[in-house]
Amino acid sequence: MLWSTILLAFRAIRRNAVRSLLTVLGIVIGVAAVVTMVTLGNGATRSVSEQIASLGSNLLMVLPGKRLGPGRDSAGAPAFKIADVAAIEVQIGALKAVAPSVTTGATLVHEAKNWATTVTGTSRAYFAIGNWKLVAGRVFSDAEEKAGKAACVIGETVRRELFGREDPVGARLRVKQFSCTVVGLLRAKGQSAMGNDQDNTVVMPLRTAQRRLTGSRDVGLLLVSLRDGAASERVQDQLVQLMRERRRIADNEEDDFNVLDTRQIAQAMSGTTRIMTMLLGAVAAVSLLVGGIGIMNIMLVSVTERTREIGLRLAIGALEHEVLLQFLVEAVVLSSLGGLAGLVLATIASVALARLIQVPWIFDLQINAIAFLFAAGIGVLFGSFPARRAARLDPIEALRRE
Amino acid sequence: MPSPARIDASSAAHVVQLVGVTRTYGSGASAFHALRGVDLTIDEGEFIAIMGPSGSGKSTMMNILGCLDVPTSGTYRFRDVRVETLDRNRRALLRRHFLGFVFQGFNLLARTSALENVELPLLYRGEPREKRRAAARAALEAVGLLAWQQHTAAELSGGQQQRVAIARAIVTRPALLLADEPTGNLDSERSSEIMQLLTTLNREQGISIAMVTHEPDMADYADRIVHLVDGRIADVQRRAEAS
Ligand SMILES: Nc1ncnc2c1ncn2[C@@H]1O[C@H](COP(=O)(O)OP(=O)(O)OP(=O)(O)O)[C@@H](O)[C@H]1O
Ligand SMILES: [Mg+2]
Repeated sequence: MLWSTILLAFRAIRRNAVRSLLTVLGIVIGVAAVVTMVTLGNGATRSVSEQIASLGSNLLMVLPGKRLGPGRDSAGAPAFKIADVAAIEVQIGALKAVAPSVTTGATLVHEAKNWATTVTGTSRAYFAIGNWKLVAGRVFSDAEEKAGKAACVIGETVRRELFGREDPVGARLRVKQFSCTVVGLLRAKGQSAMGNDQDNTVVMPLRTAQRRLTGSRDVGLLLVSLRDGAASERVQDQLVQLMRERRRIADNEEDDFNVLDTRQIAQAMSGTTRIMTMLLGAVAAVSLLVGGIGIMNIMLVSVTERTREIGLRLAIGALEHEVLLQFLVEAVVLSSLGGLAGLVLATIASVALARLIQVPWIFDLQINAIAFLFAAGIGVLFGSFPARRAARLDPIEALRRE
Repeated sequence: MPSPARIDASSAAHVVQLVGVTRTYGSGASAFHALRGVDLTIDEGEFIAIMGPSGSGKSTMMNILGCLDVPTSGTYRFRDVRVETLDRNRRALLRRHFLGFVFQGFNLLARTSALENVELPLLYRGEPREKRRAAARAALEAVGLLAWQQHTAAELSGGQQQRVAIARAIVTRPALLLADEPTGNLDSERSSEIMQLLTTLNREQGISIAMVTHEPDMADYADRIVHLVDGRIADVQRRAEAS
């Protein structure tokens, strides 16, 4: 009986194919929107958490300047010196490594090609802190670092743009005005959470960068990597204390530097994507509701149109609950078909969009199942009123209707 | 669901016995008495015609006979069942198992094949598909439309549609077939075809028939003609008396 009722529902839907299609459009779009949003949101969250890992876990960044964010005031705040690195290494425990960093934009030239990139001057510790791995060659040596030799390590993007099929290790590369030897190639990391290409980079000894590129002894940024299990807050407090002393800041004065925890940044960012996902999900849920009202509307029209049919069925002995079931099943089949179409649409859209915004596409069985059941549930919810109206019809009245 | 077995209307001398049946629409000052005390019995295998002026209560009586409606007062026995004591669903079961309906407007599902239209009542009886098919084909054969089984109702002529409707009414082998102006929408040639068909079904399959008609020619096919006037039976003619 149920099976034949389902077949009957399919037939009724097919009979009004165009109208049925328009009716379920709300459901299709609602389901597609929910599933696409959540799928992309999951991808974005995954990509952010991968960024945390690639940044290196438990990383603190120390930046000069009074405040962060809008209205940031770095003027007047002195830069760090190489001696600060040594002081941190000596005076603060629970650290894995400390690295200074200066960055500057520079145009690279190799043979006939040139390429704009970011050059970082730092110490050997930088590679461990940033979880950088080598594909070929080596990082610059301790001696090269101390002497400020022109030895540099390049990222994958730089290799691709300048060297093509050529082996970069041992080749010479002109950075602005000076020439340096490529000693190593870094393994690709891909895009960062902020969307910039981390592999578009050249890393060289701090002293080399200072002498040849920035022309000053300033250090722009300190990277501090904590040992596993170290308490980030305590180390941050110690860092602040130490830097205040070294920079001779009076007790009543504000810090003229900032200590940032990358994990906190990452958490804040993934929190943001989660909130976005929830908001968009809510918007999509509203469209599902609107779709449900569409279903109710069309089912009411269907009941009115088929009053005579219902009257006939009741007259020849259909029970109330059988007529109720018939219309309920029709509504559920309709909304389920809409849900199914929505899932297909969501898969196509989310695969395409994930590629476009460069986040991984992760199939989420749970959200697909929930969205589908929700669509079917909407059929039950909004189909039950018209179905009850059909079942309660008086067969005499219904048959008389034209 | 109440089981069909609990509605035991398998046999009795009369198919139908109405005693003092009234039907009043509305109440108070606006009350309208469509039936004002009708006594009528229909024997097993009998074919009766109901005639009367418009508004005399013919359709009202048919609705009661067909268990679509219940009397305001009086009793209606269908075989041994007191119909006025049954609730809506019980009456639906009674219709499902013992009654067949033919309407003036045919009331077929337009975009559904003749075969499936005829199968419809069996669907509600829960008959297996093969049995349904076989019974529906047999019923279509009885009305001479086996060759048209795959045509949709909309593709058939009026006379053919009414024959399909008759096939649908007899496919369950009902104890009583109710036809309210079955030839009202047909020309006289189609009408007499339908009447011959009903007579044959009545004679050969022993189906009792109650039919409303305005046309004396059609009423003449019946064993008995009941004349209704103002909700009362004014006259009953036996066929022997008519001619
Ligand atoms: N649901 C109803 N509510 C109020 N009055 C009704 C209702 N149904 C029928 N009537 C009235 O009852 C009277 C009998 O109606 P009925 O349909 O039985 O007549 P009929 O003999 O079948 O007439 P016709 O030959 O025109 O079909 C009519 O006057 C009609 O207006
Ligand atoms: Mg009438």
